[in-house]
Amino acid sequence: MNEMQRLKAQGAEPALPTDYGIETLAVHAGARPDPVTGARSTPIYQTTSFAFDDADHAAELFNLQTFGYIYSRITNPTVAVLEERVAALENGRGAVAAATGHAAQFLVGATLLESGDEFISSNNLYGGSVTQFGVSFKKLGWNCHFVDMTEPENVERAMTDKVKFIFCEGLANPGGIVLDLEALAEVSRRHGVPLIVDNTMASPYLCRPFEHGADLVVHSTTKFIGGHGNTMGGIVVESGRFDWWQNDKFPSMTKPDPAYHGLTFAETFGDFGFTMKMRAVALRDYGPCMAAQAAWNLLQGVETLPLRMERHCANALAVARYLEAHPKVAWVSYAGLESNPFHALAQKYLPRGAGAVFTFGLKGGYDAGLKVVDKVNMFSHLANIGDTRSLIIHPASTTHRQLTDEQKTRAGAGPDVVRLSVGIESIDDIIGDLDQALDQA
Amino acid sequence: MVDVAIKSTDGHPLVFLPQHDGYADETLRTILRGVETFAMVGASTHWRRPSFYAMKYLTKKGFRVIPINPGRAGETILGETVYGSLAEFPGKLDMVDIFRTSEEALDITKDVIAAKDEKGIEVLWMQLTVRNDHAAQLAEEAGLTVIMNRCPKIEYARLSGELSWSGINSRIVSAKRARPVKS
Repeated sequence: MNEMQRLKAQGAEPALPTDYGIETLAVHAGARPDPVTGARSTPIYQTTSFAFDDADHAAELFNLQTFGYIYSRITNPTVAVLEERVAALENGRGAVAAATGHAAQFLVGATLLESGDEFISSNNLYGGSVTQFGVSFKKLGWNCHFVDMTEPENVERAMTDKVKFIFCEGLANPGGIVLDLEALAEVSRRHGVPLIVDNTMASPYLCRPFEHGADLVVHSTTKFIGGHGNTMGGIVVESGRFDWWQNDKFPSMTKPDPAYHGLTFAETFGDFGFTMKMRAVALRDYGPCMAAQAAWNLLQGVETLPLRMERHCANALAVARYLEAHPKVAWVSYAGLESNPFHALAQKYLPRGAGAVFTFGLKGGYDAGLKVVDKVNMFSHLANIGDTRSLIIHPASTTHRQLTDEQKTRAGAGPDVVRLSVGIESIDDIIGDLDQALDQA
Repeated sequence: MVDVAIKSTDGHPLVFLPQHDGYADETLRTILRGVETFAMVGASTHWRRPSFYAMKYLTKKGFRVIPINPGRAGETILGETVYGSLAEFPGKLDMVDIFRTSEEALDITKDVIAAKDEKGIEVLWMQLTVRNDHAAQLAEEAGLTVIMNRCPKIEYARLSGELSWSGINSRIVSAKRARPVKS
């Protein structure tokens, strides 16, 4: 006890842990030199399995009584670094990575929903999520109510006793719409259900939903977090502040779990109970794990997230202003523009920039839009966002194709809409490419 | 971290000690490195209970954990005899870990203060979700170091780098290799 007496003698006062800046966390969080070799870059642990010390150690690991690795479907040291990195960037308690953003969303459903349960989702969503929630989840008995969350009272109106969470994209794909997260969090608190925010479009550099009352955050790490258009991935982050005991809506957290020898996750693991539950049951049993190589690629990308987002946002704003002034352009939907109805919300929730993905429409309508997509040279015509490269697509005929015409329009993906994901190239070259394409449209 | 409501217990006026909202890593590390033997008030004989998990984990890390549980006195948990109260354990203790409710923590703290000099107790630790600022004030006035609303297992694992293996945010940034707290 000598050290402690010395600490006391020094009058050392307890203090809060240091808060690191987001640029520091993007480089360091979760990654320390390898304990055995000292390797400074995170090693790629390309292994399926991890050796046990003895039978008792193996049993303790399977009982979740000690921390350690068993099998890379559940945990992997390279993937764990990415999980802690994103958890830190979001200022959350813990995270679970998945093979894709869609897999991450599935793991949330598998952890919180029973067949027959319901949830409320914003209708301003990536089209793939609308289909996942509205069609494929329905087959599992998970019923989604889509509402226009630009009016938070619509959520209140759709609320039922069976609703287990509220889901939205804070900055919505394909762009231009920013939701009032604090108003939505107020509704979720009133009904004792978590608010889940898909933060893919903003990234934690532009918006940290937990600071506005969200309880869980999901990402397609394929997009800005990885940032280079080379690796699929998804992640779910837990704030650690949702009280699962406040009502009887979350038996999977507060009742003994038959899938884990009667363990009660919210009791045993406290403020990271959701992370442990999702990993030990949903990820273990459904299996959409992230590969170690994928995690490593994404770690390379996330280190420069703050630098890239600054350039993405500056370029996007310049492109939006250029388009807004172009005689052939009918409208531009970018929340960074003063003319945009969501500009005030963007300034509140996205003070560093309104993201890099947005839409515009041409006076020439559907045909002129397709023409621009065909005539650009440097812009890549493909179905992704959040790449270093500038990207262009016509959502109505691609990413949002499975939606009805009404759903397309509601999701901001009507027939005349062209979506851009503005990259980090020279701004003159980006605008120059659009300019020559618009000349031909 | 879980926010725990601060309540008045025992009819005493409400006490709030803001310095107990958080603890420096070095404070926790020094305590966990220094403590060798501690009593766990509220230890469970049932292997599925969180207190059993914590006792088993910390025993493996080199702590001697003395279980205290009046309903189980005389039984054994992980090879250690269960005592009905702190006073009944005949040996020295560096720390007492309270695995009971925030309300019960006040009376337990009074027992700890009474036993402090005889047993050499220096630290009073209250588990995750357990916080009683009135009890903490009494303990600090008696010269004890107090930690509240933390789990020694989770903090040991966090400071040793093990918690990070499950994707939990350790809030540690360091260019030094992670090492076990007791090494």
